[in-house]
Amino acid sequence: MTRARYITGYSDPMSVAPGGSIHFYVSAEGVTQYRADIVRLIHGDLNPAGPGFKEKVVQTSVSNNYPARRQNTYPGSCIVIHEKAALAALSSFTLQAFIWPTTPQKGRQVILGRWAAKQRSGFALIIDETGAAALLLGDGRRVETISSGLALREREWAFVAATYNTDSGNAQVFQETLEDHVVLKGRATAERLTRVKPRMVNRAPFTISAGFSHTDDQRSVFCYHYNGKIDRPRLAGDVLDSSTQISFQKHRPQPEQENIALAWWDFSENMATTTITDRSINQINGETVHLPTRAMTGHNWTGHTLRAEDAPEEYGAIHFHDDDLYDSGWNISFTLDLPDRFRSGVYAARLKAGEIEDYIPFFVRPKPGRPTARLAYLAETATYMAYANFNVLHAPETEPWVSRLLIVYPDNLLAYQHDEWGKSLYESHSDGSGISVSSRLRPITNMRPKNNSPFGLHGSSLREFCADTHLIDWLDYKGYACDVITDEDLDNEGVELLRPYAAVMTGTHPEYTSTHMWDALKAYTDQGGRLMYMGGNGFYWRIAYNQECPGAIEMRRAGGSRTWITEPGEGFQSIDGEPAGVWRDVGRAPQRLVGTGIVTMGFDIASYFKRLDESHDRRVAFAFEGIGADERIGEFGLIGGGAAGLEFDRAEPHYGTPPHALVVARSENHTESYLLLLEEMGAMIPNIHAPENPLIHADMVFYETPKGGAVFSFSSQCWCGSLSHNGYNNNVSRMTSNVLTRFLDPAAFDV
Amino acid sequence: MIKYNLAELTAEFEANPIGHHSPALRHLLQKLRSSPTKGKFVLVCTKPYREWVLATLTGSRKNPVKLNKRYVFNDLLEAERFVFRRRLKAFTRLEEDQ
Repeated sequence: MTRARYITGYSDPMSVAPGGSIHFYVSAEGVTQYRADIVRLIHGDLNPAGPGFKEKVVQTSVSNNYPARRQNTYPGSCIVIHEKAALAALSSFTLQAFIWPTTPQKGRQVILGRWAAKQRSGFALIIDETGAAALLLGDGRRVETISSGLALREREWAFVAATYNTDSGNAQVFQETLEDHVVLKGRATAERLTRVKPRMVNRAPFTISAGFSHTDDQRSVFCYHYNGKIDRPRLAGDVLDSSTQISFQKHRPQPEQENIALAWWDFSENMATTTITDRSINQINGETVHLPTRAMTGHNWTGHTLRAEDAPEEYGAIHFHDDDLYDSGWNISFTLDLPDRFRSGVYAARLKAGEIEDYIPFFVRPKPGRPTARLAYLAETATYMAYANFNVLHAPETEPWVSRLLIVYPDNLLAYQHDEWGKSLYESHSDGSGISVSSRLRPITNMRPKNNSPFGLHGSSLREFCADTHLIDWLDYKGYACDVITDEDLDNEGVELLRPYAAVMTGTHPEYTSTHMWDALKAYTDQGGRLMYMGGNGFYWRIAYNQECPGAIEMRRAGGSRTWITEPGEGFQSIDGEPAGVWRDVGRAPQRLVGTGIVTMGFDIASYFKRLDESHDRRVAFAFEGIGADERIGEFGLIGGGAAGLEFDRAEPHYGTPPHALVVARSENHTESYLLLLEEMGAMIPNIHAPENPLIHADMVFYETPKGGAVFSFSSQCWCGSLSHNGYNNNVSRMTSNVLTRFLDPAAFDV
Repeated sequence: MIKYNLAELTAEFEANPIGHHSPALRHLLQKLRSSPTKGKFVLVCTKPYREWVLATLTGSRKNPVKLNKRYVFNDLLEAERFVFRRRLKAFTRLEEDQ
């Protein structure tokens, strides 16, 4: 398949208030010019069985033609040391580190040094083309590699060092495994006299985990990225013998060693940040590029503690990946300056070039403390980021999982052709380690209207952003005034963001939740707020927003049902030191926040709800006005043909469903595609399919909260896909309307 | 080894390719769908909700699918039936060889 023509981009920020500005960054190939307009997005689903695609062009200064050009993305994390003075005088030297390489056979990878690839100049301790530690020297004409000759083994700690004596031209390299493989060779040295005197290129900085390639539009571009962990990299301005190397590796240099100890980088310092600390007297500090994974177990991790904070000296490693990405760093293509009055809502910059188009969604929120409606819709932007460029077609188990043929959509193909835009938190880096950081400063090909997913259901195969437009459309059709706010706003502003609203609605899949977000939602309902949980699999994974690098989140798959598993000892978030993984494991199961929590997921068809006895309780009569006692609720819908499906939740008092909660309706008749969530079984059990396991059902739950607040949870990702059925005249739409109307009514609940 | 009543299971699948299936059909489908990534049948959506082209996965990320434009479907259930028949044929041949 030839490289596809495309136009795409991202915005910064993703959520903007009237009076603010939002920048758009566009890249295109195969087109010379494009037209941009701002549109309000209403219904993103193209399914002819539904209301069809709905957008409204909004007149703004953006509407215009723009020249199209390709903007490059250069992924791959590393460390840049900006200090020039102390390093400029470097002549003889020793480079050393503990390393845990994950792709030793990938080809040349720089561990540390100052290497200008284009100029073939400088020096670096590297892994060479044979997988062995080596010293690379270049004088601008000649390049020489002194290799240990012994291939490093994947995921095995080793000590590697290289020395160079400028007077004699003597170069040495040394490597030794830290593992006790009695039958495998683990130690190798090489020594040679060389005539290549390393020449420094001024603009090439000292780097760790990559070399310097060139600059592109004032951006430094790096090359020879290393995959794996590095612990305790050291630089000495002299040739150290092996015993001094060991002592230099372990012990912080004393002042009298100042002449040799140029840098003694300690990655266990400032683990939550991009700062790299040199603990030598020189303080040659650096900074990380593209957010490598910090707070990782070092070569000396004992397992006596699982938390970096408890033994930072055992967490001296950073895991670098050649496909880490924080900020694509593109140039601004156009900017929208919002006037002081601009309707809150879900918008997009629509880009068109002939038959090629794309939409860059963004959210217009009200000004802080200035709500424009009594209802707020909380856009699940953390979930959109977690699923960014979600592409798992290559796993052999994917089709058995979805229980139908995999369908590949244009966004899948575009994302596959552009690995440089980064993958989702469900996938692995190129070295097989799980991806724990996601950023919105890159194209997200599946966070789009008109998008379908291989992991949806039969019918409208929608998830996340596009599925949420079913709700946006319903609110628009019904004429409910609504402010739009986002997860990132909630993380920043806490409960103050929610407090002005009589009611808050979630999207269809608010799965990823930071501690700030969780605390804010709980405080809201505890202080009289009314929360409508419109989806399924909400509030499941813990995340942390990176305050230093806006637009990035961290998540580690420690516990829970997961597509990758954290390495032992790496189950705490680096940003805030909190336990990573699922909320249930820290005593805050989703049932404690919204009464229900995920029990299953399936990807073929959906089903319906039936009322339970508790639905006839007078406390919840408002929700069932106009609904018959034996009516099947939502036995229709664009997504899978029903209101109960995809991912859905059950009530469980043991996990935190409040004792006074009413379980008012329950789904039934799910297919064998729906499997029991991992955490629901302590040991392996045979009856994990819906037809055989009574736990696999969706529970609709209502309960009152203190000070007149309340929660109503529909508990299924398909619910909103049924809202538009029969011209919006159906029992799903009616129930949603009933609950919303009551939740907007200030009258106290009759408990 | 399970002996499948292939005539019965085929009839069951053809009547309802996506949805509730008997345990025996589920078992057979797990086998048919668990082939390795390379060469696996998938569909590529070429017109939303209207047209799907048969393809196979290549195993390469850069060019993940190889289209087979001789097989274009306007009905997803027909595509399911087509692939089921193809896979069953290969599966039966394999069973006979063994």
